[in-house]
Amino acid sequence: MRRLLAVYAGIAYLFLYAPLAVLAVFSFNASKIAVWQGFTLQWYGSVFHNSALLEGTLNSLVIAGVATIASTIIGTLAGYAIWKRRMPWLTNSLYLSLLSPEIVTGVSLLAFFAWAFRFGHVQLGMHTVILAHISFSLAYVVIVILARLRTFDPALEEAGLDLGATEWEVFRRITVPMLLPGIVAAALLCFTVSFDDYVITSLVAGVNSETLPMMIYAMARKGVSPEVNALSVMITVGLGTLILLAGKLEQRT
Amino acid sequence: MKLARKFAWPSAVTMFVLFFVPLLIILAYSLLTRGPYGGVMPPWTFESYLRVFDPLYGWIFWRSVWIAAVSTALCLLLAFPLALYIARSGARKTLLLNLVMLPFWTSFLIRTYAWMFLLRDTGLVNTVLLAVHAIREPLPLLFNNGAVILGLVYGYLPFMVLPLYATLEKMDHSLLQAAADLGATPGVTLWRVVIPLSKPGAVAGCLLVFIPCLGAYLTPDLMGGGKTVMLGNLVQNQFTTARDWPFGAAFSLLLMLIVLPVTRALGKRGEDLL
Repeated sequence: MRRLLAVYAGIAYLFLYAPLAVLAVFSFNASKIAVWQGFTLQWYGSVFHNSALLEGTLNSLVIAGVATIASTIIGTLAGYAIWKRRMPWLTNSLYLSLLSPEIVTGVSLLAFFAWAFRFGHVQLGMHTVILAHISFSLAYVVIVILARLRTFDPALEEAGLDLGATEWEVFRRITVPMLLPGIVAAALLCFTVSFDDYVITSLVAGVNSETLPMMIYAMARKGVSPEVNALSVMITVGLGTLILLAGKLEQRT
Repeated sequence: MKLARKFAWPSAVTMFVLFFVPLLIILAYSLLTRGPYGGVMPPWTFESYLRVFDPLYGWIFWRSVWIAAVSTALCLLLAFPLALYIARSGARKTLLLNLVMLPFWTSFLIRTYAWMFLLRDTGLVNTVLLAVHAIREPLPLLFNNGAVILGLVYGYLPFMVLPLYATLEKMDHSLLQAAADLGATPGVTLWRVVIPLSKPGAVAGCLLVFIPCLGAYLTPDLMGGGKTVMLGNLVQNQFTTARDWPFGAAFSLLLMLIVLPVTRALGKRGEDLL
């Protein structure tokens, strides 16, 4: 029974990783089709010479960077508030935003921007994408912060208050330093979620705010290309590294 | 304690302006009439909601429910033995669980693309099968309902493994011992003790998988071949190509109406899950 389970688990892990592994192997394939014709790094090179892709990467980095900073600050404060005072309405709305289908979040934000901009001369662009990303990534930050706070001893805060510190001083000099690994983990997670998003982004993006996932999507629609394979491998390795780093930080207590 | 209340403000404002107000606008749009160049205009009407019951769209609704249900059932069947194995792996538990979660956190788009690379007519699977003369024509592996289900199962399997693992891991080992002492074979113990006790995890996992599957957009769009296969694609299509915002808005709210009670059910014990 035990052995049977182990064999099954092996197959399950193969199912999870094989598609990505195959993609990685064929990103080094000299041929454009799915037949192995020798090792090459040319597709990786051509990604770096593709100015459209580089611009998309820059857009994605700016969007994910700004959204991450904002979400991490707002989310850390929210996590602390929920930990202190429960705030069921805030918790529930964050859960609801987490479970809402992406497509609904996307079209409702699109409708919202269309309505909000009808009187001004504002158009869809980087700013709308950033606002949308803050909206959907907030719940992820709060979850990580809350998990971290559950291992935090409230007596430490009480000790600070008893010794005459104000609430703000206690928060800034005791709570935040203790939470820091969790805050960084939350930021890394937030960054990957934001960097990867396609569905919501594509709906609220305007001219000059095309992100990397939007370009990958367009290329994937057209057909498989070795350039996309190479790009995919680089993104997967990059995001995977951030996630492993976040996991390490979350575990350290 | 005043500080905590102040700290709730930025997130409360963000959620209100960027989540609830947009939903209210969708509600308003769903009750308006389609404008000549997209957008919306008066008069207020329930017409979009009546069109939801049009047999043409009803069919898409039921197909979405069917695809989501089959994907959820497959996830449950595939995830249970895996969760059981991880829960009994001693010191390696955390590592094995993280290995399940890792692909989930990396790009969803790229994981879908990886399957397209394997399954398309000129993809690896067909190339290999043609090369060994197992087939003469490429098999139509991509751009059908089966491919969509495969993509969804692949994408959301971690959501099923996580809660199942949480309940299995907490299970009291003395119960299994007791069953064995009373003469139960491992099979009987599994069927009469382990599976019934893992029910809360299974229910949570099914909800966590069914909801994103029902509202899925990217997987049916890429692996279903771009036809309007599921509700998510229908909504997207109404807001972009078809430019019928009231109708798309009505369908969005329909999706939210299904999600809402599930969120409540999960929220009650959400703390153990996330």
